[in-house]
Amino acid sequence: MKAYHKVLMMIASLSLGLLFLFPMWKIYLQAPQYPEGLEMHIWVNKISGDTEGSLQNFNILNHYIGMEPIHADSFAELKIMPYIVIFFIVAGILVALLGKRKLVLSWVVLLMISGAVGIADFYMWLNKFGTNLDPSAPIKVPGMTYVPPLLGSKTLLNFDALSLPAMGSLGIGLAILLAGLVYFFSRSTVHVKTKRKVMA
Amino acid sequence: MKSLFNKFKNVAPAAAFIMAVGGGAVLQGCSSGPGEGSATAAGVSSDAAQAVYVAPGKHDEYYSFLSGGFNGQMSVYGLPSGRLLKIIPVFTQHGENGYGYSEESKAMLMTSHGFVPWDDLHHPKLSRTNGMTDGRWLFANGNNTPRVARVDLTTFETVEIMEIPNSAGNHCSPYPTDNNEYVIAGTRFSVPLDMKGGTADVSMNEYADKFRGSISFIKVDQDKGDMELDFQILVPGFDYDLANGGKGPSSDWVFFTTYNTERSGTLKELGASQNDRDYLAAVNWKLAAKYAAEGKAKEMPAYYYHNKMDKDSHMAKSTIKKSVRYLLPEDCPGMMYLIPAPKSPHGIDVDPSGEHMVVSGKLAATIPVFSFSKMQQAIKDKAFDGEINGIPVFKYESVLKAEVPEPGLGPLHTEFDGKGNAYTSMFVSSEIVKWKLSDFTVVDRMPVYYSVGHLMIPGGDTHTPDGKYLVAMNKITKDRYLPTGPELAHSAQLIDISGEKMRMLLDFPTVAEPHYAQAIKADRVAPNSVKFYDLAKNTHPHAVKKESDASVTREGNVVRVKMTAIRSHMTPDNIEGVQVGDTVLFHVTNLEQDWDVPHGFAVMGANNAETLIMPGATQTLRWVPKKAGVFPFYCTDFCSALHQEMQGYIRVSPKGSNVPITFSTGKKKPAA
Repeated sequence: MKAYHKVLMMIASLSLGLLFLFPMWKIYLQAPQYPEGLEMHIWVNKISGDTEGSLQNFNILNHYIGMEPIHADSFAELKIMPYIVIFFIVAGILVALLGKRKLVLSWVVLLMISGAVGIADFYMWLNKFGTNLDPSAPIKVPGMTYVPPLLGSKTLLNFDALSLPAMGSLGIGLAILLAGLVYFFSRSTVHVKTKRKVMA
Repeated sequence: MKSLFNKFKNVAPAAAFIMAVGGGAVLQGCSSGPGEGSATAAGVSSDAAQAVYVAPGKHDEYYSFLSGGFNGQMSVYGLPSGRLLKIIPVFTQHGENGYGYSEESKAMLMTSHGFVPWDDLHHPKLSRTNGMTDGRWLFANGNNTPRVARVDLTTFETVEIMEIPNSAGNHCSPYPTDNNEYVIAGTRFSVPLDMKGGTADVSMNEYADKFRGSISFIKVDQDKGDMELDFQILVPGFDYDLANGGKGPSSDWVFFTTYNTERSGTLKELGASQNDRDYLAAVNWKLAAKYAAEGKAKEMPAYYYHNKMDKDSHMAKSTIKKSVRYLLPEDCPGMMYLIPAPKSPHGIDVDPSGEHMVVSGKLAATIPVFSFSKMQQAIKDKAFDGEINGIPVFKYESVLKAEVPEPGLGPLHTEFDGKGNAYTSMFVSSEIVKWKLSDFTVVDRMPVYYSVGHLMIPGGDTHTPDGKYLVAMNKITKDRYLPTGPELAHSAQLIDISGEKMRMLLDFPTVAEPHYAQAIKADRVAPNSVKFYDLAKNTHPHAVKKESDASVTREGNVVRVKMTAIRSHMTPDNIEGVQVGDTVLFHVTNLEQDWDVPHGFAVMGANNAETLIMPGATQTLRWVPKKAGVFPFYCTDFCSALHQEMQGYIRVSPKGSNVPITFSTGKKKPAA
């Protein structure tokens, strides 16, 4: 691996730091009486919204349909995930320093698996909150569940819900892309080197 | 009939005046046919509807603040639509939101006379920066029990009320200087001052000798807006009617119209109308402040209230002030002059250049315009014609610039468009008259219905008017709207003044009696409007910030209920252990942190209003149950789909009962 591969690998691992600066996912809600919209932001370590009161406002609206209140404390993931991200950043930097191609591949694959597990976990939570409704809820619509979309939009009673990855996820995407490039480009240099050796 | 009337008016203004006083409205009525169409179409622009139409969901271009007069409140309208946006309670209790009823706000209406739940609010004035309205605060006068209030335009709430000592009929008030250095308030009724902060017990026959007026200089904190009465000037015992500050070259000065310079103590409509000329008082406020700072001010005992609303606890607190400083004009040369002005002048308005002081003499046949530069010259030349209480009186001609001939009947007030034109309201001939400041000739007239008092152009009283619209505030409406019994609405009429000719666009009924108004471009105010209060910053001593902290405790015969409200329940909503005769204090905290989710609180049989609690705030309703039983309470502001369910019960047992204090919501909680 050349120096620029190592630098690129460093950038790949550091781009995961975006997860601490921006939310991973955003759920946007819009309703006639919420022209300004309501946003829930899912971070690697917390749940917030576009305003201080967003989460409370989500919970107020959700309690009418019997959804369990959403609190950051309810998710063990939010406590574990930051360590996983830090692990990937540190491991990525080590991979860059060691300059081993195979380690780059392992790092990328592991990161992709973790991302997929994260999305699956997120989907399961959405499903759990959207279907596990208090039978004594004031508003009960027969057959209705309130699973927000994982990606894209969906109408839930008076709300239009839109769910999209946010800047934090871009960090993961960037890490996978850059590390993938490092793997790809460093292959050709090794190839050339071995060729030269053969010729020599 | 109309043209005949105009002709007559031109040849014999005095005679027409007498006729008009008696029959002005009748003549107006005669001028067009009977029924609904009476005088409606005259002057209405054909594209008026388009000019004032603000589509659903769109915002108005201007905020306008129309005083409520005898309702003591301030109305906020959007312009050009004329839509009523809010009524801001200022000097009067407001059952609608509990202002003056809630324990937090009662102190706002405290005075040296005790709790005064009403006043007569005449003049709103926007705060200023560099002579322009800045959209931070709105000052307003209480006329009856002299007070000056400040409304915060981030919350549209009254945040401060200062009582004015040595004053009676706080009418020429409150006039801010170019940078809110001072807000100036003059007394309309002179009174015999006992020099101990009250009025003396003297015979009205001693009016000429014992009665005095006062002009108060209220210092304004440049950042916070907090007011403080710096000093007063004790002036001759005239009636001080209206005031306005100078601008540009005259910005150190403030001018006051006076009447009853005859110093009559009775039947003033005759007694105060004898002199052909009264005075325009010119006061150099900067020099006055300098004199006061340099020790010319004397101090006298006083007793007046200063009430302030704390922005974090939303609790008002009264401070009693016990002395006031005063200046006497005779001790302060160069501070005050008198300009003779025709018969009982009403409005005084200074044009944007600061050079012309326009005096609208309601009983005068012309509008005199005085010159500030001539006044400066007259001071140098000592062009005086005697003095009163040591105050030099100018020779009329030495300060007169021109007289606007044949302006109409009953001129009251003038505002400016910043394009060289002045607009004067004519009470008696019921019209707005446009005239040029360059040659003092009338160029246009617009009839208004009926008997216009003040008129207002956004910024029309500042050095940078926004000459697009003019609002005429009319005292009489008679047949203009569907009849509503003997008590009719007053009206405001919106006139387009952007072109050569005035165009009538709209009229709309108003709340109570708008005297004066102010308006400002919406983008100077709207972006700063608070959506809700931050619960974390709520410092109310009895606020509870989460449901689990809600409590009911007995302190002697006071039962304190610390309650929370959030969509769609109150905590606690079952309360027991209250006894007949207890004082129950419901401290209700609205836990919402969302836009436009107030909760209301009312309890059956309370000798009180409701209280309306904004998100993040705490308000207290006091209730003294008179009989045993179960009393429901509920949320009064439709807050959510389950608003109707937002209710609870409080049980009242006979005095001495052994029912313990308990409270709960949903599941039963253990006793406290």
